[in-house]
Amino acid sequence: MTLRRRDLLTGTAIALVGNRLAGAEVIAGKLPWTPDAGTPPTPVKPGPWEYFTAAEGSMVEALVDRIIPPDPQTPGGKDAGCAVFIDRQLAGGYGHHEGLYNLPPFHDGSIQQGPQSAKGPAETYRAALAALDRYCRSQTGNDAGKGFVQLAAERQDEILRGLESGKIKLEGVDGEKYFKQLLEDTQQGFFADPIYGGNRDMCAWKMIGFPGARYDYRDWVTRHNERYPHPPVSIAGRPAWTPGKG
Amino acid sequence: MARKLPARDVAIVGLGWTGSILANELTDAGLNVVAIERGPWRDTATHYAPNYAQDELRYRIRHELFLRPAQTTFTFRNKHGDTALPIRTWGAFMPPNGVGGGGVHWNAETWRFLPSDFVLRTHLTQRYGAPFLPADMTIQDWGVTYADLEPHYDRFEYLCGTCGTAGNLQGKIQAGGNPFEGPRSRPYPNPAQQQPFGPTLFAKAARELGYQPFPQPSGNMSQPYRNPLGVRLGPCTYCGFCEWFACANYSKASPQTTILPVLMPKRNFQLRDNSEVTRINLDPSGKRATGVTFVDTSGTEWEQPAELVILAAYTIFNVQLMLLSKVGRPYDPQSNQGVVGRNFTHQTISDCTSFFDRSKFVFNPFVSSGAIGMCIDEFNGDNFDHGPHGFVGGGYMGQVQTNGRPIETTPVPPETPKWGAEWKRAVRDNYQSTLKPGTGVHGSMYSYRDVYVDLDPTFRDRLGRPLARITMDFHDNELKQNRFLTDKFAEIFQQAGAQRVVKEYRQGPYDITKYQTTHLCGGAVMGNDPKTSALNRYLQSWDVPNLFVMGATAFPQNAGYNPTGTVGALAYWSAAAIRSQYLKNPGPLVHA
Ligand SMILES: Cc1cc2nc3c(=O)[nH]c(=O)nc-3n(C[C@H](O)[C@H](O)[C@H](O)COP(=O)(O)OP(=O)(O)OC[C@H]3O[C@@H](n4cnc5c(N)ncnc54)[C@H](O)[C@@H]3O)c2cc1C
Ligand code: SF4
Repeated sequence: MTLRRRDLLTGTAIALVGNRLAGAEVIAGKLPWTPDAGTPPTPVKPGPWEYFTAAEGSMVEALVDRIIPPDPQTPGGKDAGCAVFIDRQLAGGYGHHEGLYNLPPFHDGSIQQGPQSAKGPAETYRAALAALDRYCRSQTGNDAGKGFVQLAAERQDEILRGLESGKIKLEGVDGEKYFKQLLEDTQQGFFADPIYGGNRDMCAWKMIGFPGARYDYRDWVTRHNERYPHPPVSIAGRPAWTPGKG
Repeated sequence: MARKLPARDVAIVGLGWTGSILANELTDAGLNVVAIERGPWRDTATHYAPNYAQDELRYRIRHELFLRPAQTTFTFRNKHGDTALPIRTWGAFMPPNGVGGGGVHWNAETWRFLPSDFVLRTHLTQRYGAPFLPADMTIQDWGVTYADLEPHYDRFEYLCGTCGTAGNLQGKIQAGGNPFEGPRSRPYPNPAQQQPFGPTLFAKAARELGYQPFPQPSGNMSQPYRNPLGVRLGPCTYCGFCEWFACANYSKASPQTTILPVLMPKRNFQLRDNSEVTRINLDPSGKRATGVTFVDTSGTEWEQPAELVILAAYTIFNVQLMLLSKVGRPYDPQSNQGVVGRNFTHQTISDCTSFFDRSKFVFNPFVSSGAIGMCIDEFNGDNFDHGPHGFVGGGYMGQVQTNGRPIETTPVPPETPKWGAEWKRAVRDNYQSTLKPGTGVHGSMYSYRDVYVDLDPTFRDRLGRPLARITMDFHDNELKQNRFLTDKFAEIFQQAGAQRVVKEYRQGPYDITKYQTTHLCGGAVMGNDPKTSALNRYLQSWDVPNLFVMGATAFPQNAGYNPTGTVGALAYWSAAAIRSQYLKNPGPLVHA
């Protein structure tokens, strides 16, 4: 018999752990077993930006398309959905340090002591994108007054290299640190399961030959030096399995 | 005021690997046992179903299975005089949380330590003389020997269904196994897993260089298995989502797949999940535990009285609870007195990335499991003469690549730009033809006077308790060891035909953001002298005899292996002492 003394133990308060409701339980006399006990992931909804403003959204699309430029075989960051991925991540728990230790005091320490910022990534993106845009618009010469989005690809690359190396300083934001974060988020979006908005049509997995969410390679362990022939599968399956759903 | 619960014979703090073993042993002895677990109930296959368990972002990058630092974390600094700062997001290690503990998301690399590891100081002093050891190195003997532990290693391996090739059966060296290991009383319960291309190539090259490679002992099943408790596991499918992930196949040894189906239905067992133990309660003498206090997720505080308390909360949480509960004398590095927090260690890991001709090599790196791989042990422990090298310690090394998941494992040559068209091309071109084992060199970390755990003076957890503070840095001995081992490791990949081998030495200072392993060890070590150990040879607290402390907490220093084989063996060893000696005559099992 499973004694579920939820009422007694938890009263009305129930804590959220991850994305699951978690109340303390007393379990006795039985091995609890429920089918589908876990929480399947929720695929991102297509449609408008959830965190970015329209201007921020186009800027991030331009940025991710320089970080992962399109080529004849594989889409770039923009068409792969990396900006959508970042937008949905910033709107979710990742954007505001959900689950992380966020108590004061906040002091900067050595690199090996790890990040110490009170600000979550959502806030950082907002400030950094604004500062980057200001930086671009304050340039003189041919590009005077242009925002990042309006610049030619070569000029955009030059600016990104400047941020990466720390040569370009942004107002009120550590541009070098921000660039690192943008890079990480973009590449994660490119390679994560497509349910999160990036890696559209599993384009990144096709590019490298990663079969995705397959789960059984027993036949392949001893087939040495032979290319695995099957196309990738996402957690949401494959378009061919659900015709009409894209 | 805490609400008081009815008394139990035994209260176990944490239902991970060691908590599950002790709970099963002590309920078998007829005791009434409650386990109090900080995290939620979880079953592996139903909570992490095979249609969505393979989610790299969710489990590997966002750490969903692990403790959330918001619940509790540690502070960290390199040196005694520095100001420690909180670990706000996990990096160097990943503290487990929830039923099954680390067993849910470990790789299941299941090693035994070398016989000489247990008598380390004696052994090294005899072979090289005391002056060979750095003056501030505080390594010591364990108080147990390999021979004491052998039957208990055996029990843990048969519980887990460990797959491997024996290298030493009752003193006879066996072809294909690890010739350096201590004698085993019988073969592994299961044959070794089949090996993918990368490990096979590595082993061939190692043999050509005169080494004796062998399959890594693995808790990913090579075939269906029924363990001595009657619990069944199924064959591993080499899914490549193993370390950091739960197994949806019942193929990875974990408490869920080996013990809990037998433990949970027992009438004399009860589990309280989502309940965090905040302290061990002592009577006014401070010499006897009266039970534990815990807080559930609603914030309600409970007192659980018990005759016997088992700490099984994972290395550093055990130490923190001892410090917070004032069990044993806290370690003071200045005076070198005290024992709780002393001899804290981690690991010295490094790696090589080996690039092969992409027109000739296809590795399919995603065909893998958490404990797959071929290893050599020539440079572990004291398996080689350290005399000419000026350091002690070592580690196993191997092609132990656990995954080809693309966020983590898309290696490119180091001079490649970090982004842009060139980066994209390099990712595409190298994915299939590069070997990157992750923890290729699995080096020891020995203990030092200035590496320890105490309570932080500033930072507190959500309940207002001081966080545990880690003071840790690499010492020259470990960095030297790592250079030597990494160079040897690289030679094997050269021999295997790599066009280019990039060595990634472990470098100081110790960095809390760089993942090594979750093999924290020590902090309340075992031994024969209460001045230099917090626990006696049966893992019993010298100060509070009705408290036993499980886990790698007891390791006086870390060896060049993963810890859990030894953690499991010690748990069975301690359980046997409780059952055969303590219960008959509760009190100290060793008189100092
Ligand atoms: C990603 C990863 C991979 C690993 N791979 C390997 C491997 O391949 N080989 C190997 O040998 N080892 C490996 N390990 C280490 C292995 O998981 C641990 O050695 C092992 O789980 C330790 O057992 P334990 O019982 O001491 O702790 P755990 O199994 O971690 O159990 C401790 C339990 O106590 C609970 N707890 C903690 N504090 C409290 C509290 N205050 N109140 C109540 N409950 C509490 C925790 O939630 C947890 O469930 C790995 C670890 C990780 C994280
Ligand atoms: S690799 Fe094997 S043991 Fe590991 S999770 Fe996959 S199926 Fe399970």
